[in-house]
Amino acid sequence: MDGLVTKAGGWLGLTLLALVMAALAVDAPFAVHMVIVALACLAMLWATVTRADYSGLARGILKMPADQGVYDDDPIRWGVIATLFWGVAGMAAGLFIALQLAFPALNLNLEYTTFGRLRPLHTSAVIFAFGGNALIATSYYVVQRTCRARLAFPTLARFVFWGYQLFIVLAATGYLMGVTAAKEYAEPEWYVDLWLTIVWVAYLVVFVGTIVKRREPHIYVANWFYLSFIVTIAMLHIVNNLSMPASIFGSKSYAAFAGVQDALTQWWYGHNAVGFFLTAGFLAMMYYFVPKQAERPVYSYRLSIIHFWSLIFLYIWAGPHHLHYTALPDWAQTLGMVFSVILWMPSWGGMINGLMTLNGAWDKIRTDPIIRMMVMALAFYGMSTFEGPMMSIKWVNSMSHYTDWTIGHVHSGALGWNGMITFAAVYYLVPRLWGRERLYSLRMVNWHFWLATVGIVFYAASMWVAGIMQGLMWREYGADGYLVYSFVESVAAMHPMYLIRAAGGAMYLAGFLIMVFNVWATLSGRVRAEKPMTETPYNAAADRPLAPVPAE
Amino acid sequence: MADLKQRIDEATGTSTVGHEWDGIEELDTPMPRWWLWTFYATIVWGLAYVVLYPAWPLVNSATEGVLGWSSRGDLEKEMAADAKRRAPTVRAIAATAIADLPAKPELMQAAVQGGGAAFRVHCVQCHGAGGAGVKNLYPSLTDDDWLWGGDLSAIEYTVTHGIRNPDHKATRTSLMPAFGRDGILDAAQIGDVVSFVRMISGQERPGASSARGATLFADNCAVCHGAGGEGGRQFGAPKLTDAIWLYGGDRDSLTATVNQPRNGVMPRWNNRLDPVTIKMLSAYVYSLGGGEKGLAPASGGAVEGRGAVGQP
Repeated sequence: MDGLVTKAGGWLGLTLLALVMAALAVDAPFAVHMVIVALACLAMLWATVTRADYSGLARGILKMPADQGVYDDDPIRWGVIATLFWGVAGMAAGLFIALQLAFPALNLNLEYTTFGRLRPLHTSAVIFAFGGNALIATSYYVVQRTCRARLAFPTLARFVFWGYQLFIVLAATGYLMGVTAAKEYAEPEWYVDLWLTIVWVAYLVVFVGTIVKRREPHIYVANWFYLSFIVTIAMLHIVNNLSMPASIFGSKSYAAFAGVQDALTQWWYGHNAVGFFLTAGFLAMMYYFVPKQAERPVYSYRLSIIHFWSLIFLYIWAGPHHLHYTALPDWAQTLGMVFSVILWMPSWGGMINGLMTLNGAWDKIRTDPIIRMMVMALAFYGMSTFEGPMMSIKWVNSMSHYTDWTIGHVHSGALGWNGMITFAAVYYLVPRLWGRERLYSLRMVNWHFWLATVGIVFYAASMWVAGIMQGLMWREYGADGYLVYSFVESVAAMHPMYLIRAAGGAMYLAGFLIMVFNVWATLSGRVRAEKPMTETPYNAAADRPLAPVPAE
Repeated sequence: MADLKQRIDEATGTSTVGHEWDGIEELDTPMPRWWLWTFYATIVWGLAYVVLYPAWPLVNSATEGVLGWSSRGDLEKEMAADAKRRAPTVRAIAATAIADLPAKPELMQAAVQGGGAAFRVHCVQCHGAGGAGVKNLYPSLTDDDWLWGGDLSAIEYTVTHGIRNPDHKATRTSLMPAFGRDGILDAAQIGDVVSFVRMISGQERPGASSARGATLFADNCAVCHGAGGEGGRQFGAPKLTDAIWLYGGDRDSLTATVNQPRNGVMPRWNNRLDPVTIKMLSAYVYSLGGGEKGLAPASGGAVEGRGAVGQP
């Protein structure tokens, strides 16, 4: 009982502290954020009080330990739902800002809905909310299965999930209110950064703890990738967000670095957010879900070792290629470019290992829409990781930089690779997590696949054309040696490309909405009567941790 | 502890490594040769590149690379080559008085080209990509309706010194009073003046209101806009008898203007652009369609001094 009182009192105290911070705030957004924090603490207080086992407490019995014979899947179920929820939000925001670029009137003449505020909302929602939740959920799933052990520190694992959602809410509402650290993909301000640091360290502890208590002799390659993702993101996040708050009660802070050093730190962070969040993390997903869905052994153990170590060693140096032809010294630009080009093959190692895992099961591409998604994901992964090193070459970059080619490149990776592999993983997980015989409809998965694929093609192709057109217009000289076009003329020329891009994005979003419906129907226990496609067998007996063996 | 359970995979004929996690095994396939050799090739290329180009940070600087290349040096070289190529034209334009440019078609052509490039960088933000202006904000440069004069010298003066530019003595300046806001005229009087203006611009028939407005116009407006509303370029006062209206010619817009005029501002460019570029810019604006033949400058200093440049 004392424990319950202490816990409830603690949450009440934190609620009051947040309200005091809100009252002392020097700017309105900070006050709003502290009220949000207070509400979160109140929710925790309510959960603590209502969920307590009072009869157990009265009898002095400790809470029954969870069943050690099954995996700890609750946070994974929440994570899958959060992935879908934030996915809808992030992709809808993306479609809206794509339309804003084509029709500026959609800025609505309202500060909260301007492109400048909605754009970080879109990028953070899809990368960190959609992608992040997918990574946390799948890592919890994969690390348990491949270690044959339950999650270490179950309470902390739940804290990671809810703490991460609070981070997302604070970041997103901050963007709308104009709170920004002005660092791309690291826009949240100092107090949100501090909160994420706490959550992320807890995540590391849960993950490493689970690996430590594993019942398998070796650590599976997916877990190497997850671990490199978690450790590196922690390092990147802390260093890039080093800053001094202008007031402890305000939302504004000043970066620890200045000028080109700040730019280099930012892009060291920015590029490795791509490298370790969107590449290493999602490769981890790939290394578990592709062999499981294909029911085939991983193609090459040796390749996985070499490409893992070379990938993480090389990626960390590639950031300066975002600053070609800027105030950054030439030597740093050179190194950024050289490491990026050498990175080509280590990146492709993952694609080869993923695709060739289908050796002996290629027929599944015809029959299994989930495998089809995985293959498309790997194809886009391979394309983007070729395109990236190519664009980092200064000669190419002098034309492609600052154009929409970059946007096309990012989206062929994000929509094609990250999106598709996440969809495939979620389709794999949903029936297993909720104990359903199969998905509501595999044919809808097929529809999702085609809508997404055609959508990406529209998106990437229009942005290639747009980017190369911009790059050429900006540098076109007439016979007299003067620039031919003004900037605004290149903007006007983009309009049709922006329309095609928005159409592609709308198709991608439509496919995602089909997925949300499909998952919702699966969760509600329905099965659509349809001509069968393939089924991947599920062995319930093997899907449990190895029971601890008493010492002899 | 599970022992290694190597087996030959049936479909590929390759041995597994012997590990197994949750049913996932790994094949002992060697790394693809093409992959490995391409990887080696990129490493060799990288090693060569970092010798040829600036790459390795030292204590106070970095290795310069055996090719001696630098991005700033590269830019300087290109800029120098271009400057050298353009030098004869630039010299010739610099040596020619602006009013004499049309007499030298080749030079005029070169000036219009160069001016167009400068216009696309510095001017399109307000005046639009084609110089057509923005309704209710910035004047069109493509018609023959000029506020401050449309011959080459007048345009050059405007571009050089700007309009109502703060902290610059030579800027073109004038100030239309805020007749309504400052209580110089009451609402009924403003209505009458507007009636008169709409009458002389052919938008309304004469009436009692415009008749009353005529007197008010003569007392308050004619000093700048001219007795008949024909405009006055020494004050940048627009002609009121035509159909061209910067801030709108309907009753509401005119009332708003008389009530509180905009007195628009244009930056001066002599602190940002060199005289030759300004001259070329002026030639370009002149060429947009509404250029006027001006008087030959009486002396070299004709464009200096007050805002007025002796336009009729």
